Amino acid sequence: MLMSLSLDDVRRIAKLARIAVTDTELAATQQQLNKIFTLIEEMRAVDTTGIAPMAHAQDVHLRLRDDVATAPDRRDAFQAIAPAVENGLYLVPKVIE
Amino acid sequence: MIEKSLKQLSGMLAAKDVSAVELATEYLGRIKANAALNAFIATDEARTLAQAQAADAARAAGNAGALTGIPVAHKDIFCQQGWVASCGSKMLKNFVAPYNAHVIEQCDAAGLVTLGRTNMDEFAMGSSNENSAFGAVLNPWDRKAVPGGSSGGSAAAVAARLAPIATGTDTGGSIRQPASFCGVTGIKPTYGIVSRFGMIAYASSLDQGGPFGKSAEDCALLLNVMAGFDERDATSLQHDKEDYARDLDAPLAGLRIGLPREYFAEGLAADVAKAIDAAIAEYKKLGATVVDISLPNTRLAIPSYYVIAPAEASSNLSRFDGVRYGHRAADYDGLTEMYEKSRAEGFGWEVKRRILTGTYVLSHGYYDAYYLQAQKIRRIIADDFQKAFADCDLIMGPVAPGTAWNLGDKNADPVAMYLEDIYTLGVNLAGLPGMSVPAGFDAAGRPIGLQIIGNYFAEAKMLNTAHRFQQATDWHQKAPAL
Repeated sequence: MLMSLSLDDVRRIAKLARIAVTDTELAATQQQLNKIFTLIEEMRAVDTTGIAPMAHAQDVHLRLRDDVATAPDRRDAFQAIAPAVENGLYLVPKVIE
Repeated sequence: MIEKSLKQLSGMLAAKDVSAVELATEYLGRIKANAALNAFIATDEARTLAQAQAADAARAAGNAGALTGIPVAHKDIFCQQGWVASCGSKMLKNFVAPYNAHVIEQCDAAGLVTLGRTNMDEFAMGSSNENSAFGAVLNPWDRKAVPGGSSGGSAAAVAARLAPIATGTDTGGSIRQPASFCGVTGIKPTYGIVSRFGMIAYASSLDQGGPFGKSAEDCALLLNVMAGFDERDATSLQHDKEDYARDLDAPLAGLRIGLPREYFAEGLAADVAKAIDAAIAEYKKLGATVVDISLPNTRLAIPSYYVIAPAEASSNLSRFDGVRYGHRAADYDGLTEMYEKSRAEGFGWEVKRRILTGTYVLSHGYYDAYYLQAQKIRRIIADDFQKAFADCDLIMGPVAPGTAWNLGDKNADPVAMYLEDIYTLGVNLAGLPGMSVPAGFDAAGRPIGLQIIGNYFAEAKMLNTAHRFQQATDWHQKAPAL
């Protein structure tokens, strides 16, 4: 079955992605996403029973290291590129409403 | 001077026939004179010359390495302390990197001199460079044509001799395809060879840095600098340090070249097919034999990639929210609207489409049908390559179905552009090394690249294979008239 996204689906995805999509942009976005999902659809019919998903090209295992501090103190450099700082703290827009 | 190889430039620097400052000045002048190509997002003459002076001083003090004083152009995706790392996006146009990527550290340590930051598709998403917030790069061979993408600025810079070498990244073909479209050599190494630390992430399980150069030899020398284990990248491989130039001159007698029939099927432009056939004929003269192989699921690489990459992108790019990183909208009502407006204003449409696609395939109830299924197909594709390598040493074919298309031609339909990635995506999904080698021109004079695909860690063999081809042909020496 060919999936097709409705305008409401696109609104919902945009909300989840935290990207404002205006009403005038919505139809074109819907059309393009549906084209992309039509392409993706080719993959869904493939029988993959018994095949292990491959997350990574190499079988890498997370390395463990000694529990010592290795990162240098770069506080001043990081504060220097922040939009606003005060008393060594980062100022951000109000987040609790 | 601009046609010299790295080895020649290195010899001239050592013999004091030229200084690093003179080299940098020459290239900075060429970049300025060819600003219309839009290959660079930023240059900083004072910084470049200071670095060149330091290189000359190191050489005078007897502390020079072989490449000390050689200029390099860096893709705008690598964080480089003190330079804006915009990643081709309005989102990061004011982001001055507070640290260096591992690639940059290694290039700096080798004494390479940064000429500037090359233009790219926004967040490395695109195959034409038209998705850059700083405008498209023009193909130096034909200014009506795209340079390819996403590392289009790096490829165009080397093609136009605005830099002798350049760095790039390849997530789905972003080194090989622009190298092909611009007539330069480029290699995407085995996943994990080049550290992703400080390389702004697009699709972390696929992203891999690599070099551009005029020749395979130059690429080998730059790869020697870029590669290396880095504990700050969890997927960096603890692989013994290699000299990728060690086998450049080895003979090719007995080399078994696999030709995947799916790469020569319907959809391949006649001019491209002809050039690839001629390159294969040249390899036969060099002693190689040809084996017919099959990569039966080639077509499935497209949907699999366009699920996995957007899924990872939607996660990676969530940090660009106007608070942790990036552009912040001026007017908003409440926190959610600040995020939504900042991201809507900061991202271009291709990036938005991929984030939306990725958000959907990862959303509740769809994960198995899309992301997990794509990862299973990824395994099938990787297994197909391993079956093929049982019968051949290297795989060859075209990089792309056609040559560079005209600017604007594929903009209206993102899927039309996705289909152009058919021969490059499988290599990224499997994590294999792949390269593009200049192999001719189409009837309109636009370059054609031969793709060489190796098994894991076969870079030295691939570079050897490309180098021998370049000893026998002169496609890589052709430069566009500017």
